[in-house]
This record gives sequence, C-alpha cells and structure tokens, in this order.
Amino acid sequence: MSLVVKETSTPKTRGAVLTRGLWHENPVLVQTLGLCSALAVTNAVANSLAMGLATTFVLLGSSIIVSTLRKIIPHQIRITTYILIIATFLAIADMLLEAIVPDVHKAMGPYIALIITNCIVLGRQEAFASRQVVGLSILDALGNGVGFTIALLLMGIPREVLGNGTFLGVHVMPGGFEPWVVMLLPPGGFFMIGVLLLIANWADLRKVVRARVAAARVAATAAQPQEPEAVLV
Amino acid sequence: MTNLFWIFVSAAIVTNFVLVYFLGLCPVIGVTNKSATGLRLGLATTFVMALASLAAWILNTFVLGAAPFLRVISFVVAIASIVQIVELFVKKVSPPLYRELGIFLPLIASNSQVLGMTIFQTNRGYTLLEGVLFAVGGGLGITAVLSLVGGIRERLTFAPIPAVARGPALVFFVVAALSLIFMGFAGLGSAT
Repeated sequence: MSLVVKETSTPKTRGAVLTRGLWHENPVLVQTLGLCSALAVTNAVANSLAMGLATTFVLLGSSIIVSTLRKIIPHQIRITTYILIIATFLAIADMLLEAIVPDVHKAMGPYIALIITNCIVLGRQEAFASRQVVGLSILDALGNGVGFTIALLLMGIPREVLGNGTFLGVHVMPGGFEPWVVMLLPPGGFFMIGVLLLIANWADLRKVVRARVAAARVAATAAQPQEPEAVLV
Repeated sequence: MTNLFWIFVSAAIVTNFVLVYFLGLCPVIGVTNKSATGLRLGLATTFVMALASLAAWILNTFVLGAAPFLRVISFVVAIASIVQIVELFVKKVSPPLYRELGIFLPLIASNSQVLGMTIFQTNRGYTLLEGVLFAVGGGLGITAVLSLVGGIRERLTFAPIPAVARGPALVFFVVAALSLIFMGFAGLGSAT
C-alpha cells in the first residue's frame, strides 16, 4: 500500500464530490488502489458485495470521525490516529458480518482484517476527510465506497457467471455450458482486472482523441472557414 | 521435520503470497520496473516478515489470550514499530544499506503482505518455528515474483505495445500469466 494522497482534481459542487469516485476517479479502475481486496474476494458476487459494503461502512465511519476531529489530531501522529480509528470501525464491520452473513464471513476469511491496509480508506482520510467539513467528507466517503463496490461487482459478476455458471448462487447459463473454472482461481482474478483496466484505458484514450479532434476542428474553422473538412482527413 | 519443510515450500511456491493470496499488489505494480529493485524490496520484506512473525507469536501466546478482538490492531502497531526499529538500526549500522533499502521500509510498514502473514499464521495455529519458516518462505516467494515481474517489465520496455495496453493493465496480464504458471505447483506437498 502506498499513501497516494495527490488529488487529481478539485470538485466544484457537492454533487461532484459524490460522483467523482464513482467513475472518472474510481479508486480501483482509475487509481489502482485497494487491489488486494478487489482481487481476493471477487470469485463470487455475494462476497464482492459484502466486501464492498464493509469497506464503504469502514470508510464512512472513519471519515466522519476524522473529519470531526480534524482540528484536534496532532499533525505528527495523524497516520497512527487514522489507523486506530479505521481499526475500530473494522472491528465493528467484522462482528456485524459474522452475525448477519456467517457463510460469507467465513469465505472472506482473513481478507476482512486486511481492509485496514486498503489504501483507499487511509488515502481518503489523508486526502479529504482531514481537510474538509463533515458533510462533504460523508459525500466523498459514500462516492468512493460505492465506486469501490461497483468495481468489485464488475470483477465479481463475470467471474462467477463464467467460472461457475451462476449469479448469486442461481444458475443462469444454458445447460450445455462448461464452466471456466480458471476464472474462479487466482489467474482469472488477475486476468479480469487486466481486462477492466484495459477498458478503462480505452475509454480514457478515446476521450483524449475526441477532445483533440474537436480542438482541431475549432482551430480549422477559425483559420479557414471555407473548407473545414480538410482537417478531418 | 518434513512438516516444517513443506510449510516452507508451500509458503514460497504453492500458495505464493502474491500470486495466490493477492497480497501486496501495490509494490508489484509500483516498484518492479527493474529486476534488481524487485529483488531488494523482496529481501527487505522477507526480513521484516521474519521479525513480525516472531512478534505476532509472542503477542498471541502471552498477551492476546484475553482479548482476541484486539489482534489486528496490535499486529498493525507491532509491524509499524518493527519497521521503525529496523530503519533506525540499519541507518546507524550501515548507511550504504540504508540508502539502498531506506525508501522501501515505509512501504513495507503499510503493506498487506506482512499483516496477512501474521493473520494466516495465527489462524493456522503455527508454532514459533513453523511461523518463522512460513514467514521466510513467503518472503522468498514474494522476492521471486517481484524480481520475475521486474525482469519481464524490463524486457517489455522497448516492445511495441499498443498505447491502450500500457501501464498497470499490461502488468496484470503479465502477473496473470505468472499466476497460471505457478498453478502448476498446486497439490505439491500436503501442508496447508
């Protein structure tokens, strides 16, 4: 885990604070953070959902506390303080999962404890919650938590459907379908995140190319208004 | 004796920490541009893991019996302290080594590999010797993967790769291939 605390953009409105974590600054697909949990538990949709919700809960709780205490926490020991706060909420999430969905809790094993080393949680405290008011921190935590959950589901759904022929335990593939067991195994996880990052890259590149074409078109119309088609070739 | 041997081999190869348990992917993506860097980071991690295994065993045996819910947090604090002590010690004893490894130490402190190792060790109820062998084996497995990925990325630097596949996506395809190769070791030995 590296403490990536650089903010790539400053959101203007409350809505932007909430939505930027969902896609264009998605913690997993764009910033490639929190990969251990993203890969380890996504071999079934139920586990992915539980991990996403547990992380969102921990992120939300610790963001509220850190943001409330931001003027009291001494700068020198802030990271330790954040880790203690995160660990508290982690213990709560761990016990809640064990009580509500014992099967999923068992399947996730030690990876619940590893939420504490998830760089998304600590990164948001350092980059956002420690500098903003409580309301904005809640929005930011929700945006990033839901963005993380979406990324986990994007991993978990294809892996379970292709690897096991089921969706949340219900058979969805036609009878003759031979499950691709490798999708449930570790190589399938690495392959799936590779594919997702490839798609994210492609969307990004297409945006850049479009912006460049639009800029060229504007420049062309300004320079020679008679024949703008020439630039498009 | 054979049991100890299989714990070591299993941690290093069969259930490799990076390729099977998905631990510590940030350093794999971030640091392994070169084979030599990967090797150094891996060895530093191995050293910290051996010490952390010892500390986790002591905490489990003598302190945490009464309060198991404090396990994760005390492990985190123990690992952070170990890394701090190692940093001070290396800085004092061998400044050249510190220049080589110094930048990696904070990275190891906040790394899921070490914490994951201590939790696995506790869940499986390893004894002191078994735990340390598990840690060293796991660390050497991590070292192998880091330097392998580093070497492959060195070769890929000048390869004609389409722009869309550059960056982390490509590293993950490389790691997926390595993981598929290491699947071949599955079933080797019986220790879990």
